[in-house]
Amino acid sequence: MTQVLEKKSKKTTKPKYSKKQYLDWYKMMVRIRKFEEKTLYCYSLQKIRGFCHVYIGQEAIAAGLTSGITADDKLVTAYRQHGIALARGMDSNSCMAELFGKVTGCVKGKGGSMHFFSKEHNYFGGNGIVGAQIPIGTGIAFAEKYRGSKNLCVTMFGDGAARQGALYESFNMAMTWKIPVLYIVENNGYAMGTSVSRTSNVKDIHTVGEAFDMPSEAVDGMSPEAVHEALQRAAKHIRAGKGPYFLEIKTYRYKGHSVSDPGKYRTKDELNDYKEKDPIKITEKKILEYKYATKKEIEKINDTIDKEMEAAVKFADESEYPLGSELYDDNYVQENYPFLT
Amino acid sequence: MSRIITLRDALREAMSEEMRKDKNVFLMGEEVAEYNGAYKVSKGMLDEFGPERVIDTPITELGFAGIGVGAAMNGLKPIVEFMTWNFAVLAFDQIVNNAAKTLSQSGGQFGCPIVFRGPSGAAGQLAQQHSQTFESWMANCPGLKVISCIDPVDAKGLLKSAIIDEDPVCVMESEIMYGLKGDVPEEEYYTPIGKARVRRKGTDITLISYNKMVLECDKAAEELAKEGISAEVIDLRTIRPMDLDTIIASVKKTNRCVVVDEAWPFAGVSSEVTYNVQKFAFDYLDAPVIRVNSADVSLGYAPTFVEEYLPNPTKIIRAVKEVMYVNA
Repeated sequence: MTQVLEKKSKKTTKPKYSKKQYLDWYKMMVRIRKFEEKTLYCYSLQKIRGFCHVYIGQEAIAAGLTSGITADDKLVTAYRQHGIALARGMDSNSCMAELFGKVTGCVKGKGGSMHFFSKEHNYFGGNGIVGAQIPIGTGIAFAEKYRGSKNLCVTMFGDGAARQGALYESFNMAMTWKIPVLYIVENNGYAMGTSVSRTSNVKDIHTVGEAFDMPSEAVDGMSPEAVHEALQRAAKHIRAGKGPYFLEIKTYRYKGHSVSDPGKYRTKDELNDYKEKDPIKITEKKILEYKYATKKEIEKINDTIDKEMEAAVKFADESEYPLGSELYDDNYVQENYPFLT
Repeated sequence: MSRIITLRDALREAMSEEMRKDKNVFLMGEEVAEYNGAYKVSKGMLDEFGPERVIDTPITELGFAGIGVGAAMNGLKPIVEFMTWNFAVLAFDQIVNNAAKTLSQSGGQFGCPIVFRGPSGAAGQLAQQHSQTFESWMANCPGLKVISCIDPVDAKGLLKSAIIDEDPVCVMESEIMYGLKGDVPEEEYYTPIGKARVRRKGTDITLISYNKMVLECDKAAEELAKEGISAEVIDLRTIRPMDLDTIIASVKKTNRCVVVDEAWPFAGVSSEVTYNVQKFAFDYLDAPVIRVNSADVSLGYAPTFVEEYLPNPTKIIRAVKEVMYVNA
């Protein structure tokens, strides 16, 4: 009997996805983790300044985004965005250089931690105003429908933003007009220091979609497979012309809200519980179990990524700051705009 | 008797003193209670006044500003804290269309005695959306009063006056000045709204400024003194109503004026001051009034941009020498 059970349990762990898929997710998550670790280190050296919110703990969502949607789909998110930018295909050099405020950064040193953008990667940016990107993402998707494309716009925001009025207005119009927008709330449990349960009577944020008859579901944000599958379900629905879809991806940030937040409002036990479910650790375990890679190969992947991030920091450090006068660039498309002096 | 305390302590004392005196005064905003304030201005207030009077809100600026307006119309005296005035932009509908207009719309039946407060202005490398000043935006709107100051003694007295004021008052502070220390009396006092303060007496030039730019003016005045130029530094403290008497009296004495304003130049506080100086002191001026503003652009993240963007003593001294016809 014991033997049968064992066989059965072994059977249930049969890989659902290919070796390439697992390794792609794994590499992306490790890249994001190591990028953010470098970010925190460089912040401590004051090479990076200003507000800075890292993605550590939430990497599985970014990993799922690399496979669940297409490169032609659009994406907009909030200010916890380094990991999302990498998942969109932006390179670590230009992202790190942006954090350093260098002219080689993805927005030429103009944006910093909260504002990466890349037209090439259909990445419409990190927005610094809580919830502002919800109607913006709806509008980006509106334009796709208007032009008759099959693309959707992934519009991401945090649990704090889910309480902004802009969400309710956007949901209503998106449903009424069947706009191809995939709303994702990354529910990491805390709007800065305020827990989800203290911001609303409605704790399961995805149920907000029901008021608009919007298909809505909760997703395990510590699992790239679960995120990938939910994205594919949602994308299929949206691409069929049925309008928006809402995913509440439940996740956790290991660090404070920003580098200046010690995160005293939560317990060590809570943090450790989530670390037990760490998406990188679990995916690594699966890869070894499925014999998709040996321990040595995993080490090599990690070494390669370490080198990539070392190189990104070196690139950022050695790049030049923009000239002060470049402050006047990119304020108007019009050339020779008569600025007041 | 006085002691040295920080700006954040001074602001907290103002709120706490008024809350002890009047049960209708309460504080509401993001992270004001359990987190003790994003910038620790309200530290300890939850413990003293309890969750009925120190209220954490969700991130819903429009909503809680509106709740404040309604509560004020119905007899309470809310203090609404914005984590920064940059986020208050979401609440402008309630501030401009309701708080400012309730008294007029209701033919004087309903007032709106509310304080909207929070930091305004650049605070390091925070990039475009987190570095703006809002004094001129709010001061443009009749019905509102606007205070903007960072000196702890003034900030405390003015916030107390704002809380007891029967009209809606917008109070602009500064993220990077919350730790600024200054002499503040032990005993209770109020600083009148609408009065500027001469920070430094001088005879050759009047420097007019407000909020943290007064410190840049102080530094410039120190440098100018070494070159034999005596600068008078005026801290407006209140933007609306503006204390024209103090401004005009000073310019009539010095005959020259430079306005130093962290805001953008177009239609800003600096324009308003300059208009009034030419209107009321035209015959006393020995040179055109000029101004030193932040650059007429959105502020990017890189440190080189911050340096280029903000007024500083070098730029102020250059402007002073220009109006004094002294070679730089």
